Amino acid sequence: MRVVLVDAGGANLGSVRYALQRLGVDAVLSGDGDVIARADRVILPGVGAAAAAMRRLRALDLVPTLRRLDRPLLGICLGMQLLFESSAEGDVACLGRLSGRVEAMRAMPGIRIPHMGWNGLRPCRASSLLRGIAAGAPAYFVHGYAAAVSAATVASAEHGDAFAAVVQDGEVAGAQFHPERSGAVGQRLLANFLGVA
Amino acid sequence: MLSRRIIPCLDVKDGQVVKGVRFRDHVVVGAIEDLARRYRDEGADELVFYDITASPEGRRVDRGWVERVARIIDIPFCVAGGIGSVEQARTVLHAGADKVSINSPALRRPELIGELADAFGRQCVVIGIDSLRDDDGQWRVRRDTGSTATTQALPLTTLAWVEEVQRRGAGEIVLNCMGSDGVRAGYDIAQLQAVRAVCAVPLVASGGAGTVAHFVAAFADADVDATLAASVFHDGSIRIGELKRELRANGIEVRDVC
Repeated sequence: MRVVLVDAGGANLGSVRYALQRLGVDAVLSGDGDVIARADRVILPGVGAAAAAMRRLRALDLVPTLRRLDRPLLGICLGMQLLFESSAEGDVACLGRLSGRVEAMRAMPGIRIPHMGWNGLRPCRASSLLRGIAAGAPAYFVHGYAAAVSAATVASAEHGDAFAAVVQDGEVAGAQFHPERSGAVGQRLLANFLGVA
Repeated sequence: MLSRRIIPCLDVKDGQVVKGVRFRDHVVVGAIEDLARRYRDEGADELVFYDITASPEGRRVDRGWVERVARIIDIPFCVAGGIGSVEQARTVLHAGADKVSINSPALRRPELIGELADAFGRQCVVIGIDSLRDDDGQWRVRRDTGSTATTQALPLTTLAWVEEVQRRGAGEIVLNCMGSDGVRAGYDIAQLQAVRAVCAVPLVASGGAGTVAHFVAAFADADVDATLAASVFHDGSIRIGELKRELRANGIEVRDVC
């Protein structure tokens, strides 16, 4: 199985690659549209700001590739946010693979932003991505923007408001948390996406 | 619901984990990877590696260990010490660290905080603050605390600096209460409460943990998001699993140890 990690300059590229190695999968790091289009699985990691990440994807001419991609695609953290139509972070147009807009999370009394730490996953509907992951299982989040719960949401989490924690629509999937840093729960989600569970 | 975090801090000197009392007299505790794995297995929610040799001496440090830790650890970790530029932060983050913590370089050039937030997002940017109460009763910031010879007292009050770093893009603040560090008499609850009142981003308490009750007080009385400790974990006097059971018994939400 050829797994390609999209090299869009995300700071967590290395961590995701190591997590895949712990599953026995040696992923290829690539910014080449042809390599990405031929992969069996594509992962779009991301740490940083949405506008900078979209600039980088445009500079690599990867926006058409990722819009057209018919392979299973998993966005992680910012990578998941880029799958939506747009983001309020820098008010930028994104890849449009999922409908909706990513918005800034709202601070409230006792609710600090960024949302940082371990929070429980709440399954919203059945999905192969959640196989073996119990309701309430803790995952590690670090983000200040989030997508609202929608038809694409398979698991939500709550920090003040509820938001989309895991999404899936056909071949397009995403995790707002960091599976590469979420212990056994994260490892399970990656294995489910790769079909190596 | 978001859990409160328990964070072992591993002071790294010359490639090994060390521990000192009141920031001095360091003794070797063990190998970096061994301790990282041990704390992960015990249920630590996050790790901080504090490179205590790097900043005051201004020398380049071999951070090959960051990549080695990233390969074996599946919980988040932060690297502190000796990161004074966007490029240095990029090196550490690309090696696999999830966050970088900046202390003295941010005091020298506060613009650095915004530059880091723009480059990596504010969620990556942790500001460490070394704070001590002066004779007039005010908490003020100390710089270059890696050794007593370099430590400088600044006129800047801790509360003013906490507000400034948030305006500039800090995503989290670690408050090292120097007066209580290493002596196990409890976190500085009064100071943490004062900082909490002006801190809208996650706040991590550091310095003074000696008993389980000290952790309970930091969460229950100062409403911190996380507690950091070193020696009580290194010497085994507090086990993380047991600590979490006690915290839960006190109504504090923590992550299950798997």
